[in-house]
Amino acid sequence: MELQQQNNTEGASLLKSVDWITIILYLVLIVAGAVSIYAATYNFDKSSSMFDFSGFSGKQFLWAGLSFFIGLSLLLIDRRLYEAYAYPIYAVMILLLIATIFLAPDIKGSRSWLVFGPVSLQPAEFAKCATALALAKLFGTYGFALNNWKSYAIAVGIIVLPILCIIMEKETGSALVYTSLIFVLYREGMSGFVLFAALCAITYFVLVLKFASVMIMGIPLGMFIVFIVIMVLIVGMLAVYCRSFILTRNVLLGYLGAGAVAGLLAYFGIVINGYAFFFTVIGVSILYLLYGMLHDDMRKVLLTIGFAVASIAFMFLVDIAFNNVLQPHQKTRILVTLGIEDDPRGVGYNVNQSKIAIGSGGVWGKGFLNGTQTKLKYVPEQHTDFIFCTIGEEEGFVGSSLVLIVFLALILRIIVIAERQHTTFARVYAYCVASYLIFHLSINIGMVLGLCPVIGIPLPFFSYGGSSLWGFTFLLFILLRIDADRKSYGSW
Amino acid sequence: MRKDYNLEKRKFVIAGFIVVLVMIYIGRLFVLQVGDSKYKENADSNAFLEKTIYPSRGLVYDRNGKLVVYNQPAYDVMMIPKDVQPFDTLDFCQTLQITPEELNRRIETMKKGRNYSAYTQQVLLPHISAQDYGRLQEKLYRFPGFYIVQRILRQYNVTCGANVLGNIREVNQSDIDRDEYYRPGDYIGDLGVEKSYEKWLRGRKGKEILIRDALGKIKGRYNDGANDVTPIAGNDLHLSIDMELQALGERVMQGKMGAIVAIEPKTGEILALVTSPNYDPSLLMGKERGNNYAALIKDPRMPLFDRSIQAAYPPGSTFKPTQGLIFLHEGIVDLTTAFPCHRGFISGGMRVGCHGHGSPIALKPAIQTSCNAYFCWGLKRMLENRKKYKNINEAFEVWKRHMVSMGYGYKLNVDLPHESRGFIPNAAFYDKIRGAGKWSSYSIISDAIGQGEILATPLQIANLAATIANRGYYITPHVVRKIDGVGVLKKSIERHDPTVDKKFYPSIVEGMRMAVTGGTCRGANLPGLDVCGKTGTAQNPHGRDHSVFMGFAPMNDPKIAICVYAENSGFGATVAVPVGAIMIEKYLRGQLSGGGEARANRMSATSTYSTKAYGTKKQGSKSPKPVSGAKASTTTAK
Repeated sequence: MELQQQNNTEGASLLKSVDWITIILYLVLIVAGAVSIYAATYNFDKSSSMFDFSGFSGKQFLWAGLSFFIGLSLLLIDRRLYEAYAYPIYAVMILLLIATIFLAPDIKGSRSWLVFGPVSLQPAEFAKCATALALAKLFGTYGFALNNWKSYAIAVGIIVLPILCIIMEKETGSALVYTSLIFVLYREGMSGFVLFAALCAITYFVLVLKFASVMIMGIPLGMFIVFIVIMVLIVGMLAVYCRSFILTRNVLLGYLGAGAVAGLLAYFGIVINGYAFFFTVIGVSILYLLYGMLHDDMRKVLLTIGFAVASIAFMFLVDIAFNNVLQPHQKTRILVTLGIEDDPRGVGYNVNQSKIAIGSGGVWGKGFLNGTQTKLKYVPEQHTDFIFCTIGEEEGFVGSSLVLIVFLALILRIIVIAERQHTTFARVYAYCVASYLIFHLSINIGMVLGLCPVIGIPLPFFSYGGSSLWGFTFLLFILLRIDADRKSYGSW
Repeated sequence: MRKDYNLEKRKFVIAGFIVVLVMIYIGRLFVLQVGDSKYKENADSNAFLEKTIYPSRGLVYDRNGKLVVYNQPAYDVMMIPKDVQPFDTLDFCQTLQITPEELNRRIETMKKGRNYSAYTQQVLLPHISAQDYGRLQEKLYRFPGFYIVQRILRQYNVTCGANVLGNIREVNQSDIDRDEYYRPGDYIGDLGVEKSYEKWLRGRKGKEILIRDALGKIKGRYNDGANDVTPIAGNDLHLSIDMELQALGERVMQGKMGAIVAIEPKTGEILALVTSPNYDPSLLMGKERGNNYAALIKDPRMPLFDRSIQAAYPPGSTFKPTQGLIFLHEGIVDLTTAFPCHRGFISGGMRVGCHGHGSPIALKPAIQTSCNAYFCWGLKRMLENRKKYKNINEAFEVWKRHMVSMGYGYKLNVDLPHESRGFIPNAAFYDKIRGAGKWSSYSIISDAIGQGEILATPLQIANLAATIANRGYYITPHVVRKIDGVGVLKKSIERHDPTVDKKFYPSIVEGMRMAVTGGTCRGANLPGLDVCGKTGTAQNPHGRDHSVFMGFAPMNDPKIAICVYAENSGFGATVAVPVGAIMIEKYLRGQLSGGGEARANRMSATSTYSTKAYGTKKQGSKSPKPVSGAKASTTTAK
């Protein structure tokens, strides 16, 4: 009797303390997703019911119903179990990922699906949850802090292990998802410099490749621009990071002077070789900084010098890697995405058709089930990776923006949830969920809109497939359970 | 728990990142969906396949209800190169009974085509047989990217009348620009009634809107066919042409360049419209059209040039009746007025030659004998009549108005394309080329005998014969009597009454009758048919004189008016008169008598193709010879 009473109060308090906003956003997305799949796979010839279990949408509704049931069950599990079993769960998942490499049949070159009769599951989707729990557990360990190389090594190791397994399964897209956990590391104390460096690396990469064909001063325009960006960043770092007025002024004047001399010579028809010019100018400025740091904060100036050298090295590395290391099809994919190559029938076909489908939607869209592009299969993978096309075509600018806003709301809500946690475990876990969602949303939508390379990853809750749906359901409901208990933990 | 507020601020960086990213994506959506309409157009052409259903083109019947032009379906094998997937080439070739090499050759040819595109339907094999079509149709599902399009080919029951019938060809870009009805691959009438009655013959295309998926597979009819359009067949034409007469005309004109125009005077219906040399209309049909067309274009005798309505010739003496009518109407002469002719018109230092006949001579015998001097005197007297006209310009303008009212100088608006307007000069024209006040009746005297600057089409000359036969009026000549379902077009039966008083016509008729019974065209004197006629021997800059005949019969109930124009064939009596007689006899009697048949054989065996190269100038005997420095007025008007 007393036990039952306790259970009742626990049930009631769960209903009260669970984050209903997240549940509502989740339900909105999941229903919109299944309806979109119905629209995407709707056949003009023989229309079937939305809930016909032989169709994609029927199955998706089944998956969705089951996942909601699973979600509710997860809410009933004591949160302590997640924390306690985080490592064993992680270990089992890694083993499963490794087993998958050998057990999975080859489906379009990828060995990531385990087939159980009519049902196929992709362990990589569930490994996200395990990795998040393990990372959270690590950070939650008493005394753990990202302040020594050993901590970094363990944290990065937890992230990299599933990446390696999944790359071996030839699912590069799913593997890349884990790189988003850099946000978690950043939030938990990793230097912002790493994020800055990553941003610089991406910028250099794009610039070098995008402007590789035009030559200026005997070097590709891309490299020319990157050299100038590096010089600007050196001056910026000296000013903002080192806060040294004298160094900033002297280096800036030096660069401007050299630029003026080169410009004047070019005006009179004397063109200096670009490499010679930039190496001389940047080299001289580095020598000057080595001399100047004796009077200043040595560490910060050294870092600036290191940054300059690493930037130049990276730039050449990109050039060499792109031309000598990447496979031709990978090169084309990157070039098409950067808008350097136009190939609407080849690699660019998906993206071009997807832009046509979305673009044809207009402001209000063509109306539910009235899209022609997606239904007539002009857009490949329309019910999986390119599901957003159907929304764009049928629901127009208004509908597709709304979907993006709901996603944004969910992600921001998860960040709010993360920040209100009292334990590091809970906060890190929440940030993991947010990071995964950020990555999936930005890459999937970016690819459909022709802004990112075509990396085959699903749009959470929308793309057809039980694994992805269940994976995100696990992630979300475990978070909800942990969040529901936040008041009982760590509030000391 | 350690709470680091410095680190907590980093939530703004992460949240800011995703907020900015979503805003960029919404901006991108805005550009794609609201900013740019090209995606919408792309989408429609992606998904909808508008299949045109060609209507049956109108048939063409001749005067006697005989079917002349009809349709035969033909099938083109089309392919959309980008949709073609690997297929059983051998099976495909066997079905169409071609060799794989032939197929490769065809594909190569197709790819070299001017409008080749891998994304649109290209003609692979034009005009396959119905049997091949049947076999291929059954197997078509095995060959994605291949289609069969039904075309309509014209078939001709006759080998004559190509200039009247015309033909059909594929539309070109300028046709499409001019009329939005046409789409690439459509057919349009070219030449003849196919062109001038295109609007009625073509009917209205239908269309079927189909939904097509990315593989080009048809997924059904759009909107259950509610937006489809049923094709409407073209209207049939009934020609006024008598195909037997036409065939005879083409036969007797063999070996000669020129034209025959025969008109039923009361109705303006054209009975025969012969141009020579000509060609079999079937040449411009089907696969070989292009080659044949090129050959016809290159032929120096210009068979595609319809001399009956497009050639502007000097009408020569056939022009004289008009002059007689004008002089009578203007009171310049009466039937008793006689002018001297001493083997020509000799006055004011110039001479226009003539031939032996009595002198002085009055109008009717002047027509009978085709006296040049009479008409020169008449024109001189009219242009110099200062009591009636202020000056020569006014007199000449009066003359010109009469001429125009008789159908000269402007298009008669026959219902065929590319009609020439001929040429009748006016006073302003002479003011311009000779200088105001610098021309006189002498310098333009050859106009009186259908030379000088005067140019007329054989149709205009035949129309004059019809006008005289009708004693003073004509109906716009036309080749189509009736369009099924539409009736008679009003503009093709318009009655015109020339300005000359009708009471003067009978005298001209008598003169023309006298010419047949005892004058220049005795060769046309067919017993019992009362032919009236007028010959012409038109001097021209291209060589030997043109032989011309104009006439009608029977005299008192004219059923046929005719003009025969044979280039470089000498006197009117040599070729044009016998040809005219054959045509009149055939039409009025239904068949040729033994003598007529012999004459027809003789005529068809006569060749007068100029042996001289075009452009050599020859002075004819009738050209006004300048005696004292006046420039020869034989230049052809520009």
